[in-house]
Amino acid sequence: MDVSHNTKQDPLGAVPVITPGYSYSGITDKLSALVLTHNTPAAWFAFMGVGLVLLMCLLMSLTYLLFKGVGIWGNQVPVAWAFPIINFVWWIGIGHAGTLISAILLLFKQDWRTSINRFAEAMTLFAVACAMIFPIFHTGRPWLAVYWLLPYPNVMGLWPNFRSPLIWDVFAVSTYGSVSLLFWYIGLIPDLATFRDKAEKPLIKKLYGVLAMGWRGSARHWYRYETAYLILAGLSTPLVLSVHTVVSFDFSVSNLPGWHATIFPPYFVAGAVYAGFAMVLTLAIPLRAIYKLHDFITMRHLENMAKVTLVTGLIVVYGYACELFFGWYSGSLYEREMLRLRIFDGFYPWAYPALLLCNFIVPQLLWVKKYRRNIAVLFTVAMFVNVGMWLERFVIIVTSLSSDFLTSSWASFSPTRWDFLTFAGTIGLFVTLFFLFVRVLPAISIFEMRTLLPEAATKQTPEGGSH
Amino acid sequence: MDHQAQSSSQVYGLMAEFDSAQALLEAAQKVRGAGYTRTDAYSPMPIHGLAEALGMTERKVAPFVLAGGLIGCMTGYGLQFWTSVIDYPMNIGGRPFHSWVSFIPVTFELTILFAAFSAGISMIVLNGLPQPYHPVFNAKRFSTASQSSFFLAIEAADPKFDAGQTAAFLASLHPREVVSVDE
Repeated sequence: MDVSHNTKQDPLGAVPVITPGYSYSGITDKLSALVLTHNTPAAWFAFMGVGLVLLMCLLMSLTYLLFKGVGIWGNQVPVAWAFPIINFVWWIGIGHAGTLISAILLLFKQDWRTSINRFAEAMTLFAVACAMIFPIFHTGRPWLAVYWLLPYPNVMGLWPNFRSPLIWDVFAVSTYGSVSLLFWYIGLIPDLATFRDKAEKPLIKKLYGVLAMGWRGSARHWYRYETAYLILAGLSTPLVLSVHTVVSFDFSVSNLPGWHATIFPPYFVAGAVYAGFAMVLTLAIPLRAIYKLHDFITMRHLENMAKVTLVTGLIVVYGYACELFFGWYSGSLYEREMLRLRIFDGFYPWAYPALLLCNFIVPQLLWVKKYRRNIAVLFTVAMFVNVGMWLERFVIIVTSLSSDFLTSSWASFSPTRWDFLTFAGTIGLFVTLFFLFVRVLPAISIFEMRTLLPEAATKQTPEGGSH
Repeated sequence: MDHQAQSSSQVYGLMAEFDSAQALLEAAQKVRGAGYTRTDAYSPMPIHGLAEALGMTERKVAPFVLAGGLIGCMTGYGLQFWTSVIDYPMNIGGRPFHSWVSFIPVTFELTILFAAFSAGISMIVLNGLPQPYHPVFNAKRFSTASQSSFFLAIEAADPKFDAGQTAAFLASLHPREVVSVDE
């Protein structure tokens, strides 16, 4: 594999993936110093503080929820699925970009992914953790959730209904969480060995040593490692596409106007990648500034992520157009009326224009190179997309449920303070976990960064041919 | 009891350190060419062709993944078939007990789950990990093998191993240094 382009200036003006001038030990020292240091940046404490405050909100609201029951939330018939499912879909979607970066871009040999894949995978795990809180607590009695959700032999002899998308969701999300954790840990092993060898304090050395499992970088180990890693990438690729497809089945398999549409699976997957890349940008920009990672997360990365955001955003907008067309073309009175209410005079006339502003209009700025290379603009657009993707789920879920077939059963939904507090709390959990991760584990894959250096390229002499 | 007498047999092998991936790869080819079989190379990142250069032919991870995937697939479908058709058939929405279309998502997810864990676990187990102790860590500079340096070891257990001759052979490959590693 020719890797010399990674540090070269492109004649067309593309920024290199790694700023030139790094050696193996330079990369190792710089990236392991993020963790093995006595000087934690002040900004880390600030973010951690905010995260912990919000995490306390989560603990408080969940405790109160267990004490009083789900009645503290605004969910009410007909809108029985409200904030919990909106937040669940929002978080799961965010996770998808991590797997896309680590698996799909690996299969496509996109070298630039190396700088961002590790923390994007961590983001996936933490987003899945936040997502799982909602369905589990939405059951009201989470200590019984195992009985409702998993097939195990119980005294009543009952099994879950495998014809229901909700049980598919349980399997899809738990498989996704487990495989993402495995993929992430396997990716970490060589870097944990680096930490073991670089750490000075005996206890720290021992902890990383246990986690590294005695990894010594043997050629035979690397061979099996790369095989397993590539296979995991190949398995994660259909997995990540299946997860949001199954999530979309929760809606599209029902026959509610506004949900019952075949466009849902691709449209949800695109939306998930869109939201996820916006979140990776939201995390990468502050991370790069706090830890001065400008040599590793270069403008090239930010610009590429901006391009993926723009493309997936346009697919999402295509999904909106399809929804409108399907609703009209169905000829169904209920579908057409639902669209009219959703867009013009339903209970939430502000939601659809706000959605279009966030997900359609603002991201068009990314067509312009100047804006793609402007950190402030990029961060602002990413925040708009984060909000927009939440609004999208709000529009799909709440507008469809609040006004379905019979006008007599129409009702508006209004969230309570506990809805907001729980949602803010999961953001706190996410921020806390993410900054803890950055503090104790390598946020950028060190061994993969080494392979990007020009001197890592080898020429084969007798057999095998060059790679 | 008799440490003195055993000290000569307590050498694990000889280890040469190289500066670059290319030098390690070329040295590995020469070591194999010279007929050594109990050898290993250590590097801070994967080097394509290095395992083959040392004579590794094992390809076991992939068949384990295939087996895991097939077992997962059958587990997924079997679980749903047994619970919905045999153990407690229930009429839900007038659908057939054996609603095979509805059984596909869970079957697919369990296929991926079992295959992925087969990949991860077979890689770790075939590599002999977790391994709390290995003699190569006794070499003073070996801690750089996970950072910036490249090593090649020939074990004393190799049939062709001879402390003097092997050291001279390794020195002829232009390493940074050659050290003896204790068991």
